[in-house]
Amino acid sequence: MKIIVLLKRVPDTEAKILINQEGTGIREDGVKFVINPHDEYGIEEGLKLREKLADGSKVTVVCAGPEEATEAIRTALAMGADDAVHVCDPKLADPNPFTVSEVLAKAIQAEGFDVIFCGKQAIDDDLAQVQSILAEKLDIPQVNNATAFEMAADCRSAKLSRRIEGGDEKIETSMPAIISCDKGLNEPRYASLPGIMKAKKKEIRKKSLADLGIAEVPGTGRSRVLKWLPLPKGGECRIVAAEETVDAVRELARLLREEAKVI
Amino acid sequence: MLRNSIRDFAESEILPKAIELDEKEEFSIELTRKMAGMGLFGITVSEEYGGSGMDYLSYCIAVEELARVDGSHSATVAAGNSLGIGPINYYGSEKQKKEWLPKLCSGEILASFGLTEPDAGSDAGASKTTAKLENGEWVVDGSKIFITNSTSELSAICTVQAVTGQRSDGRKEMSCILVPNGTPGFEARKMTGKMMWRASDTGELFFDNCRVPEENLLGKRGEGFRQMLETLDNGRLAIAAMGLGGAQGAFELALKYGREREQFGKPVASFQANAFKLADMATTIEAARCMLYKACALKDAGKPFSKIAAMAKLYCAEVMGAVVDNAVQIFGGYGLMKEYHIERFFRDYKLLTIGEGTSEVQRIVISRHIGCYGD
Repeated sequence: MKIIVLLKRVPDTEAKILINQEGTGIREDGVKFVINPHDEYGIEEGLKLREKLADGSKVTVVCAGPEEATEAIRTALAMGADDAVHVCDPKLADPNPFTVSEVLAKAIQAEGFDVIFCGKQAIDDDLAQVQSILAEKLDIPQVNNATAFEMAADCRSAKLSRRIEGGDEKIETSMPAIISCDKGLNEPRYASLPGIMKAKKKEIRKKSLADLGIAEVPGTGRSRVLKWLPLPKGGECRIVAAEETVDAVRELARLLREEAKVI
Repeated sequence: MLRNSIRDFAESEILPKAIELDEKEEFSIELTRKMAGMGLFGITVSEEYGGSGMDYLSYCIAVEELARVDGSHSATVAAGNSLGIGPINYYGSEKQKKEWLPKLCSGEILASFGLTEPDAGSDAGASKTTAKLENGEWVVDGSKIFITNSTSELSAICTVQAVTGQRSDGRKEMSCILVPNGTPGFEARKMTGKMMWRASDTGELFFDNCRVPEENLLGKRGEGFRQMLETLDNGRLAIAAMGLGGAQGAFELALKYGREREQFGKPVASFQANAFKLADMATTIEAARCMLYKACALKDAGKPFSKIAAMAKLYCAEVMGAVVDNAVQIFGGYGLMKEYHIERFFRDYKLLTIGEGTSEVQRIVISRHIGCYGD
């Protein structure tokens, strides 16, 4: 079975994000980059499936991202993935979800696939669009925000759970399908020291858009980021104090009505 | 990648248990197995024997990252690699390596290094433990003290430094002999009441007419002293890494606390008295890191590194000492409470100026190297 896991390189959840001077993105100096945490659930689920099948199935990482994404890809290989495809092209400098999905679809089709795992969203832009666009492009079912995954013995279908308001939704889907993974699905393993050594010898196949037979950057003009702005500074805080609490509440209500005009 | 992975592991797996294990003075088999699962034993051993085949720099970065979170667990790993696995890996016969290294590298078992004795600390040549060859067997008698990884249910073998005779120049002939735990006449007793490294396993070993086959000799007869000195040279790098990592961890705790804790309406880190302390911490840590990594680079390049290893061990320990002292000061009263972790660093630090060659011994090594006592 060919198991595809998708990976995006994102700033660490604890990184301090600053907008660059031109307003075209974030400042990357001094920021630590990691595998998108939701994608780690996808990688782990792919590895678990391979271990369960134990039939020579392969886990291939597919990533569309800058040169610097290599480190994140190597980490996934150190966790245990078998090999990787890295679509890296200067033309992909400022991609939108449609662009990324088109590129990933081409790369995945070239590899062949039986199941695709990815994170439910990237924690940087929180768009959560790629899996759905990709499902359309590949014409396969998608199950989003999976918290449980069980492949049928014949590998032609799978049972899944997804967490919804107030309970779990049980789903059965045919295979191949794309599964976006949520927290709770598994506990991603760490890259072990022997894993890190083995990863050095694993193959990362670098591909340009031309290699994938893509002449024009797809999706250009569909959507475009105009400018990045820092969060506005919080306003002044006023503390309404009075000797008696009830007087403070009265004063607060008056301010909210007369000054802030919100009630 | 190595650093990130070990850091994630240490923060997620070790940190939540560090205070409790320290408090109970408990060696955690579970965490030791998890560390083994990460491949933290046998880091520099070749893949042929089940190791990771990494260089000393990688090994020291791994120890540094563990020590950044907890001294005890970095000690279990540093002792496991440098003292437990090291001698067998460097001096063992093919048969001994094949027999012991795979199980040691997988972390299924731990090995210890029996050097220090009640009356032979810095003066390792004063060892009294003897091993006499009788009918094809070594008969070991004596005792060892402060031996890391020697008494838990994982402890399976000890490399014992023993006097095996007299050299032609009249000095003691020392040799290293492998004695499996559980051999009749070998008793390993856990030592308790430690100030530091309370979640690591420290033992006192007793040998009474303990017999092992002649083939358990490690390397050649009479090479024990040289083997010991080399083992300690290597071990110093890992101990230095513990000082560096401990200093880094204490510094980060102090910086975080200093930026959050407010007095007189301002974060305490913004008072120059504290800001300068933090600046000095950051500076000395960086210098310590450069020195240790240089020592590792020399070792990895196969160049002489004994002098700089001693310097790195001495300096990293002293840097950590100054850092933990000032870090607790920045925490003020809270720094004295267990809940805030920093007091554990304050205690754990002290071993580093004593274990695997005291700071005084490091200065002897360094002053010899620079030619203070003539050629």
